[in-house]
Amino acid sequence: MSAPLSSPTRQVDPAVDEETTGDTPWQAVVWNDPVNLMSYVTYVLQKLFGYPEPKATALMLDVHHKGKAAVSSGDKDKIETDVAKLHAAGLWATMQRT
Amino acid sequence: MNGWKRSGRGTKARLVATFEEQESTVLRGLVGEVRQMLEGRASEAPADELAALTGIRTGPSKRPDDRVLARLLPDFTSEDMDLAAGLRSLHEPELIESKQNAAQTVLDALPEAGGKVELTPEQSDVWLTALNDVRLALGTALDISEEMPEELPPDDPRAPHLGVYQWLTFVQDSLVQTRMKLL
Repeated sequence: MSAPLSSPTRQVDPAVDEETTGDTPWQAVVWNDPVNLMSYVTYVLQKLFGYPEPKATALMLDVHHKGKAAVSSGDKDKIETDVAKLHAAGLWATMQRT
Repeated sequence: MNGWKRSGRGTKARLVATFEEQESTVLRGLVGEVRQMLEGRASEAPADELAALTGIRTGPSKRPDDRVLARLLPDFTSEDMDLAAGLRSLHEPELIESKQNAAQTVLDALPEAGGKVELTPEQSDVWLTALNDVRLALGTALDISEEMPEELPPDDPRAPHLGVYQWLTFVQDSLVQTRMKLL
């Protein structure tokens, strides 16, 4: 998978449109990488964000197949905290403006 | 090591596995190595009078040159380099500390001579991140890609290390699967 640095994009993933409406100017994006396990990524999304298993699995599959997925959205402080938590879990995550 | 199993229920639930001595040596060695790399990075952070006074630590604003460290400590954003530098400086010390604590949790629970390891669900979560850090480090060093074959030709210098990486994958995946059943 390509690195986010080589292909910066502001494109909004269709899968996250529902969550990026209104006053949620930032999103946390998880990028695909060849090391992180699908099971582990799903578990981390359940654990950190309290997502039910089907939603966590759908986001994980988006990361896997599309190369990335926005996993949360909100104001800058919240997303900064989310990305810090994702980094602590070892996921490859960045924050971007929607 | 035949995978993790659950023992007990409710507040008494534990995740249990038995490690051979050789397995313990390998895992302790790798976890220790990652901890050392992170320590090296932390010591690069400039000593700061302000930080000493206020207790607010700041780390380096530049991404590590070493690609293993760069993977363990990623940029916060790829869109705005100034923002990435500022957020790194702000968050990196804490991130290093949490990874070092996770490494220590594994070293504390895993007997040097091998044997039984019993984890609470909370300890399992910490183990998962430590195992993931070790796989990230080894996977980056080995240039793991999604096209990587299951086995490398025997004359490939990476072949024995790939075996270790695959074993770590098994240890982590088994722990995730067992832990998820307790959610």
